[in-house]
Amino acid sequence: MLTCKEVSKLVSESLEHPLPFRQRMGVRLHLMMCSMCRAYQKQTLLLRAAMRTYARHEPSEPLSEQARQRIKNALKTDGK
Amino acid sequence: MSAEIETWVDEHGDALYSYALSRLRNPASAEDVVQETFLAALRSQDRYTGKSSPRTWLIGILKHKIVDLIRKESREQSAEEIENMVEPEELFFDRKGHWRIKPVDWQVHPGKILEQKEFMAVLLQCLEHLPDRLHRLFVLRELEDMGSEEICKDLEITSTNLWVMLYRARMRLRGCLTENWFGGEPC
Repeated sequence: MLTCKEVSKLVSESLEHPLPFRQRMGVRLHLMMCSMCRAYQKQTLLLRAAMRTYARHEPSEPLSEQARQRIKNALKTDGK
Repeated sequence: MSAEIETWVDEHGDALYSYALSRLRNPASAEDVVQETFLAALRSQDRYTGKSSPRTWLIGILKHKIVDLIRKESREQSAEEIENMVEPEELFFDRKGHWRIKPVDWQVHPGKILEQKEFMAVLLQCLEHLPDRLHRLFVLRELEDMGSEEICKDLEITSTNLWVMLYRARMRLRGCLTENWFGGEPC
């Protein structure tokens, strides 16, 4: 029987590669019986979805005026 | 022709900077990669065919610059950064592998919560608190959507190592979200 700690690792790993059959079954069995690990799994999946959402909607941070000017100057120097 | 690139700085500078900042966290580094991106664009503008929008083209260049920098930083990272850090698995589990800090049911509807600006702001804060090394890997994997294999090859780490690091990043982030958004009491 897998421990919660092992299951938590495997749930995260399953986002990276398909788990081997035995591990997959072990995780599934554990999750059926353990509500804490189920809550953890939900959180982990939500986190991934949140990161995907975040990647699509960039918060807008303006480039500072100094940086903008510096970049323009660099372009002028380089463009010559 | 450099005049056109200069107007691009006004038109796309903010977007590129936001993109870079969310991945690098450090404003100075973000400004640097944005500058490098515009310089690279200037040098290779004859390769810009106009098939994609200028912004898409620039973001493409920027992505490469960001990954290059992350690769460089990850080689240079100091050892001291790794030590004196309690690993989340030690924090969240007891010796027998049982939960010590139990995950609470967030009781949220995934579709709804992701639309909430406040939730995203807390997520951002939590990302801010990730240790550098974890943050770099997590960004490549989850924001840049690079595959595990590609990251391992790029950063010269084993997949086992990557999986452990991603696990730790996820553990920390969900812990941080529980504390700061869901107001969960550790029990």
